[in-house]
Amino acid sequence: MIIIGELINASRPTIKTAIETRNTAAIERIAQQQAACGADYIDVNAGVFVDDEPDHLRWLVQTVQGATDKPCALDSPNPAALAAALTVHHGAPLINSISLESERYRALLPLVSAGDCRVIALCMSDEGMPETTDDRLRVTDRLITRLSAKNLPPEAIFVDPLVQPISMNKTYGNAFLDAIEQIMKRFPGVHTVCGLSNISYGLPRRGLLNRSFMAMAIAKGLDSAIVNPLDRTMMATIVAAETCAGRDDFCMNYLKSYRAGSLDER
Amino acid sequence: MTIQAIYDAVVARDKAAVEANIQTALTEGRDVTEILNEGLIRAMEEVGEQFSAGTIFVPEMLMAALAMKAGMKLLQPHLASDNSQSKGTVIIGTVKGDLHDIGKNLVAMMLEGAGFEVIDLGVDVDSAVFIETAGTRQANLVALSALLTTTMPAMERTITALREAGLKIPVIIGGAPVTEAYARQIGADGYGIDAPRAVKLAKQLVAAA
Repeated sequence: MIIIGELINASRPTIKTAIETRNTAAIERIAQQQAACGADYIDVNAGVFVDDEPDHLRWLVQTVQGATDKPCALDSPNPAALAAALTVHHGAPLINSISLESERYRALLPLVSAGDCRVIALCMSDEGMPETTDDRLRVTDRLITRLSAKNLPPEAIFVDPLVQPISMNKTYGNAFLDAIEQIMKRFPGVHTVCGLSNISYGLPRRGLLNRSFMAMAIAKGLDSAIVNPLDRTMMATIVAAETCAGRDDFCMNYLKSYRAGSLDER
Repeated sequence: MTIQAIYDAVVARDKAAVEANIQTALTEGRDVTEILNEGLIRAMEEVGEQFSAGTIFVPEMLMAALAMKAGMKLLQPHLASDNSQSKGTVIIGTVKGDLHDIGKNLVAMMLEGAGFEVIDLGVDVDSAVFIETAGTRQANLVALSALLTTTMPAMERTITALREAGLKIPVIIGGAPVTEAYARQIGADGYGIDAPRAVKLAKQLVAAA
């Protein structure tokens, strides 16, 4: 599983303050904690600072990469902010995210296709949010076709089929899960990713729903996720689900996690 | 007693019971406005209170609203055609660049539940469309929604455009990243932290106008 650590997001008040006050130590600490808990990418988001976003995002990348050896997920639809972040980023970043919305697509494509980049491709188009599995597959197909034409290998594309709240419509869970299954089947090499906490919007005990849905998505082939790596029960669920889904030879990762104490209830 | 039964059925989210009791009330010759206000709308207020208090959740609010809607459908042919029962007209939509409509849909549903006529402009709505519709439909209130930090500025642009077009109607905003402070900062007349509180605010603002 490819883990994208979501905690460095300026919509969280403590992060917003840390960015405003250039609190390097605070950002470094959160980056290191996430890396230690298994994050493969550290997401950085400075979206609440409209005009200063480029400066702030660049600073976040420098700070995170000064403290860890992880690449960043550059979380912005703003080409100026992404360009600023890319000037200082080491290694292959994950751009979060492009979509089929024409304005966003046009603005981000030059950045995505310029260097060694990976990109999250949101199943969103000018027609709006997808409802059904077929909606998602149509948008995925067009995004992959277009990105491939710009020489992005399948391995560089992370499709996010978009999770919609199960509280609004009982078909929303399966629409997403079936899309994961179909995308993994039809587009070999392509990754699927999601920030799945939207599933539990409007319901109590959200963690339980989020973990259950994670396990179901992993069973369908989901191979990356935007999560809080410090959430021990979620991370343990991911390990166990991957083992059950046959993605863990001789259960080695499960046992390694067990011996490291990361499966213990606390 | 029938009015109370309608009220109870909405609060219990029991669509069939809402319909059956409205039929009975109509057969009994009860006043249609009374059925609407005391049966349906007052029940939705209670549903909203329960939601804001955290005792019921989104799917339950949704079921209650659907039950109320089914009841409204039965009342419609009996309501005065001049729309005199309407509590006012609200124009709602997500602002330019934002395609996330779940919060907006919940608010629209609860506004209908409160007796407003709701004109839902959908998602990714240009400020020009808000202005035009507000004018042609003589709206009493405009409600703007944005889920993303990146589309919040479009709320400010929409409010500015409405004011520049000379429209003085109140504007309320909402969405996950929105705060009371932000609402004040961009010149909105208020902010609803959840759907029922957006409805309360709408009632206050329309009554005060």
